[in-house]
Order: sequence, then C-alpha cells, then structure tokens
Amino acid sequence: MAELGLNHYLLLSALLFGIGVAGVLIRRNVIMVLMCMELIFNAANINLIAVSRFRPDLTGQVFTIFTIAVAAAEVAIGLGLVIAMFRNSTTVNVDEIHLLKG
Amino acid sequence: MLDYFWLIPLVPLVGVVINGLFASRYIRSQLFTGALASGCMLVAFIIGFGSFMQLASMPVEDRHVEIELYDWISGSLVHMHDNDAHVESATLDIPFGLQFDPLSALMVLVVTGVGFLIHVYAIGYMKHDPPDKGFYRFFTYLNLFASFMLILVLGNSYAMMFIGWEGVGLCSFLLIGYYYKKKSAGDAAKKAFVVNRIGDAAFIIGMFTLFFTFGTLDYDGIFAGAAANSEVGSGLITFATMMLFIGATGKSAQIPLFVWLPDAMEGPTPVSALIHAATMVTAGVYMVVRSNVLFTLSPMTMTVVAVVGALTALMAASIAMVQNDIKRVLAYSTVSQLGYMFLACGVGAYAVGVFHLMTHAFFKALLFMAAGSVMHALHGELDMWKMGNLRKYMPRTHMTFLIGTLAIAGVPGLAGFFSKDEILWYAFTGPNGSPWLWAIGTLVAGMTAFYMMRMLIMVFYGDSRMDEHTESHVHENPPVMTIPLIVLAILSIVGGYVGIPANLRIGPLESLHETVDIVRWLEPVTGGHGAGDDNGEAEAHAMIPDSPAIVAPAIGGEAAQVLARPIAQEPAFVLTAEGEEHNTALEWTLMLISTGVALAGIGLAYQIYGRGKPTDEPAKRFGGLYAALWNKYWVDELYEAAFVQRAKDLGKGLWVFDDAVLDGTVEGVAAATKQSGTASSEFDNRVVDGAVNAAANSVWSGSWIFRALQTGMVQNYALVIAIGAFVLVSAYLFL
Repeated sequence: MAELGLNHYLLLSALLFGIGVAGVLIRRNVIMVLMCMELIFNAANINLIAVSRFRPDLTGQVFTIFTIAVAAAEVAIGLGLVIAMFRNSTTVNVDEIHLLKG
Repeated sequence: MLDYFWLIPLVPLVGVVINGLFASRYIRSQLFTGALASGCMLVAFIIGFGSFMQLASMPVEDRHVEIELYDWISGSLVHMHDNDAHVESATLDIPFGLQFDPLSALMVLVVTGVGFLIHVYAIGYMKHDPPDKGFYRFFTYLNLFASFMLILVLGNSYAMMFIGWEGVGLCSFLLIGYYYKKKSAGDAAKKAFVVNRIGDAAFIIGMFTLFFTFGTLDYDGIFAGAAANSEVGSGLITFATMMLFIGATGKSAQIPLFVWLPDAMEGPTPVSALIHAATMVTAGVYMVVRSNVLFTLSPMTMTVVAVVGALTALMAASIAMVQNDIKRVLAYSTVSQLGYMFLACGVGAYAVGVFHLMTHAFFKALLFMAAGSVMHALHGELDMWKMGNLRKYMPRTHMTFLIGTLAIAGVPGLAGFFSKDEILWYAFTGPNGSPWLWAIGTLVAGMTAFYMMRMLIMVFYGDSRMDEHTESHVHENPPVMTIPLIVLAILSIVGGYVGIPANLRIGPLESLHETVDIVRWLEPVTGGHGAGDDNGEAEAHAMIPDSPAIVAPAIGGEAAQVLARPIAQEPAFVLTAEGEEHNTALEWTLMLISTGVALAGIGLAYQIYGRGKPTDEPAKRFGGLYAALWNKYWVDELYEAAFVQRAKDLGKGLWVFDDAVLDGTVEGVAAATKQSGTASSEFDNRVVDGAVNAAANSVWSGSWIFRALQTGMVQNYALVIAIGAFVLVSAYLFL
C-alpha cells in the first residue's frame, strides 16, 4: 500500500469537482443543482487543505474555515431564493425558468 | 352756514354708504334705513336753508360763492382755435368746484325740501318691501340720486353739471328698473337710459363746442367770454346752444325725446314724484336758465326752445286728456308742464321758467304722491275706471289731491295760477314772444284743467267702480304718508306768492312783493331781462344790440332802461318800459282769458264726467283725433319703425357679416390648421415612425443569432462557462 500523497487528494478533489459540475449542468431540480455546487465548493476546500498539509503553511486550512462559513451563508441565500422562486412560479425546475430568454 | 354749503351734496352720500353697505347684512331695519335716508335729506335741507338765508342777507352783487374742493382734471394741454383760425392751445383745468348763487340756492331748496318730504313718504309707501332686500336698495338709490342732483345744481362748470347730469340719469335708470323682475320695468329703464343717452351725447358735443370756443368750461369764464366776444347769432354759439338744448330735451322729456318719461312710471311712485316730476326732469330747464347768457345770444335757438316747449306742452296735454292710467296722465302732465317751462325760457323769461319749475315741483310731487297713496290703498290699481268715490275712504288724500288739481289747473290764488300766468304773459310780450305761443299756452291751460278735473272726478267722486274685495280693503294711509302730502299741499297754495304778477301788486300783495320776489331774487343769474323787474312790466324786450334804433331812445315818453349785464361790454338787451296802464290792461285781459279757459276746462270735465255716470263717449265721437290721442300720436310706433327697427336691421346686418365673413374666416383658419395638423400627423406616423421602426426591425432581424444564444436557462450558461473554462485550461496546458 503506497503512502497517500498529494496527488491522491488532488485526484479526489478533481473527481468531486467533475461530479459537481456534471450535476450542476445536468440536474433539473434546483435543490440538486445547489447541492452539486456544494460539491464543487468542497472540491476546492480539499485542494486548499491538501496543499496546506503537504507544505509547511497553515494559511490554506484557515482559509478553508472562512470558505465554509461563507458557503453556509451562500446556501442560506440560495435556499431563500429557491423558496421565492417557487412561490412565484410554483416550480423548482431550472429548465422551466427562462425569463431571460432573448 | 354758507361756508359749509359744499357739504350739501355730500350729506346724502353718508346715507348711500351706510345704507348701501350695511343695511342688507347688519341693519335690517326699515325704520333705521328710512330714517337715515330722510335724515340725510333733512340735514342737507337745513344746511341749504341756512346758506340760502345767509345769501339773502348779502348785498345783491355779492350773492355768489364758489369753492374748489380739489383739482379733478388739471393741466392737460388742449389745442383749440381762435377766431382767426390759427391753432392755439389752452389748458384744460377742471377743478371739482361748487358754487352757491341765487339759482343754485333755489334749486337746492327744491331738491332737498321736496326730496325730504318724498323720502319720508317713501318709508310708508315702500313698507311692503323687506328691509334687507328692496327697501334698503331703494333708499340707497334715492339718496344717491339726491347727491348727484345737488352736484348738478351746485357745480360751477359744465363738467360738474355733467357729473350730476349723468349721475341722475343712472339713478333714474336704477329706480325705474327697481322692480327688475317685471319685464316692462326693465324695458322702461333701458328705454329711459338709451333716450337720455342721445340727449347726453348732444350735451357733450355742446360742451366741447364751448370749450373749443372759450377755452374753459367754467360758467364764469364762458359767460364772460360770450358776453365780451361773441356776436348775437354767432354760428358757434347757436350750434353749442342747440346741442345743449337737445341735451335738455332728453333729460326734460321734450319733443323729440319725451317718449321715455311716460314709460318711466314703471318705477315706484315716490321715484315718479321725486325724479320724474319734481327734480331730475327739471335739470334741462335748470341748464337752459344757467346758460341764459349763451341762449340769449342765439335768437334762433331761443325760437326753437320756445316752439318746442309750446308744442310739447300741447302734445302732452292733449294725450293726457284721454289716458286712463292715473300715473300716465300725471306723466304726460309733467311733460306738458316742462314744455311750459321751456316756453318761458324760450321767450326770454328765464326766471319765470324757474318759478314754474318750483311751483310745479310742489304740486306735481303732491299729485304723484297722492296718486301713489291711492294706488297703495287699492293694491296697485292704476286704472281710474276702477276707482271712484274714494273721497269717502281717503279724506286726507282727497283733500290734498284736490288742492294739487286746483293748483295745476291754474285756479286763481294757488301756486300754479301765478307761475302759469307769468309764463303766458311773457309768451305774449317777451323778447321772443308771440300771440301764437300765447294762444297755444292758453289752450294747454284749458286742457290741463280738463284732464286734471277728469281724473279728480273719476278717482274721488261719483259712484265706486271698485270690485268688492278691493273696496273692503280701502283705507286711508298712515300719517307717514299723509303728512308729506299735507305739507306739499300747503306749499302748493302759498308757493305762488313769491312771484306776484304786476297787475296784482295791490294792497297787501304789494308789500309781499316788496319783501319776496323770485324774479328779483334770480336777477343776478338771469340778468333781469324778460323778467318783471321793479320798474314795471316791460312790454317790448329785446332786441338785437347792434341795432341802434332800438338801443337808443325811449318809447312812450319814458326812459329806456338799458340793462347791461355786469360782465358784458355792451348791452345784451334793452328793456323799454311803456305806460303802466296799457300794460296792466293787457295783462288783466290775458289773465282773465287764461283763467276763463282754465275754468272752462274744469266746467267741461264736470259736464262730461261729473254728472251721472262718467264716460269717454263724447271724446270718442272725435274718431280719428281720439284715436291719435289714445295712441299717443303713434310716436312710439314711429320711433320703433324709424329707429329701433333700423337699429335692429343694422344689428342683423352686422350679424350676417359676422356670421359669414368673420366666422367664415375664423372657421377657415381653423379648418386649415386642422388639415395641416392631419398632414403633420401622417408625416409623423409614416416617415418618422417608419424610420425608427425600420432601424429597430433591422436590429431585430440582424440579431437572431444572439437571440438564439440567450435561452434564459441557467444550465446552458453554466455549460458554456464550463466548456469555455475547459478550452482555456486545455489551451494553457497543451499549447
């Protein structure tokens, strides 16, 4: 069993990011889209922590704490927007929301 | 008192202001309004009487007081001609000036004295009008009228007279139209106003002519200038006096402008008594007498005045003989008596004209107010065929009416007898007199006696012709109405003794004449010519001063008295006194004839109306003549056809012009504007909007590819971002 190296973490992060982007692009339910966006966030967080772990620098880990806090606020706002959207159009499907169509 | 005479026209204004502004809202009391209005007249009368007494105590030549209250119009430069026709300039200065002289004094006493009595009477007469509606309006107008009338008689220039002249015209209009809800009253008011306006225009032209000639409007300036510079019969003076006289025919209801006065009876009776009998309508007489210097200089105008006066007297008296409306009879009677006054002025006996003006004010105001008293008792009934035997119900009214009738009919001993007799005497012997004028005057005296007696009998004697309802309500009026009647009745009896004819100056009457004589009193104004002066009756007055044959010598052995006016450079008139006896004999003859004619008129009226059932049948036997009188000679119809219809035609013509040409132009312009607006709108819609839309469309059609990109779906955008990021990263990594 080989020692876990930085590349493993980066690979995991890349996988998570890929899953998140795919979810954002594919899922129709806006809640699911939001959840996939969380995956993208966390992919970025893993990158930060991993790089911080393998280098003598704690800045990345501290920065991640901030990112998580901001992400929590973002989720709160995002869910609020979803509720407002649902009240207006009685749907949570993103492909039915296309008011900005040219 | 004389220092304060300028207050006289202002005192009634106090009543105007208080009653006019506060009576309808705050006072609301008939007693207060009426008492205030009458009180103002009484105060004015007291000031006037005090001034009069003081004036009388002054030496004759000083009896002239002037006061200039303020500059009304000052300092305008006016270009005018002198006789050599080069242009000169004069300054038009018109102070608000009042003067008090014997003529003004007399007029003030008549206006305020009779005016006061009529005000008091009106309190009773108008009591059915609510104090905050008609009642206060009536007294406000009445006081305003008195104020203007006093300015008219007290003014010291033609401009001042004109203020009063127009003011009384206005008040006359307002008061004739007092019952403005009645169409006939409104029409009568308009008629009076319009007819007066014609005369006023002539008055203004006359005034301008005088200013043009003399460079001033002051009486003193004009009369001095006229006496000094103008020749007898000068064209400008004749023109000016003719114009002034036309003004007088309007205000004083003479031919041809008399038509408004009978209609003016639509006003309340006190108005008829005050304005249309005693005061305003005599303004024309006052004006002629005031301007006597000018009129004397124009024999032609004098002749016109005398003839118009005589013909008006005849015409109006004849109409009055057949009318049935008591106020109309009195109105025509007034026109006729005013004709007498002008006859007197026209023959040169100005003072006698004023004498008759005064006595007429007494008895005509009395007759009107007595007639009003009858009307008031009979709920507004005016037709004398629906009266009769009122003597039984209204003893005081009957008594006073009887005195008024006898006075106007010329029964010896009463006021009318003296003044009428004097007029007839001068119509025969005056400077412009002629037997014809005398004959007409005497005939009118008979007619006057006839129609007055006819009315008296029909109203107060015989059997009652009232319906039962009216008869049961007939009553004598309260003292507030009858006391003024009694006072005026007394004046109608004694008023004539201030001018006793020469042939009657015997015994006590002579000493009375020595004390009081209206003609002597007026001499400073009228100059004594044509008046019975103290040197005995003048038989042949006149004539033209530049005819030496008449100026020089004596006729009949007595010295000719040359009466030069104090301001004249040469004698204006020559009085020649002939033997007393001949004069007296002639005067007795004329007096007996006129009295006889008057008594004959009375007798005839009694014969027809007083015995048995009164009837107009004998009059109707005259057929065409009766119809002419009944229809007032069709003068109204004539004017209607000749002037009113023409004016209407003119109006219609102008309307057609307006409708066709003016409106056509306006509508054409409007249509053109509308058309150009439509065109402009089309241009905007098609060209301007088209360009804008074309630009928009071209943008629209050119942008399809960008529209296709903008799906509005979040995930499409996210996909594009992802692809873009992928491409960029790939390029970074592999290139």
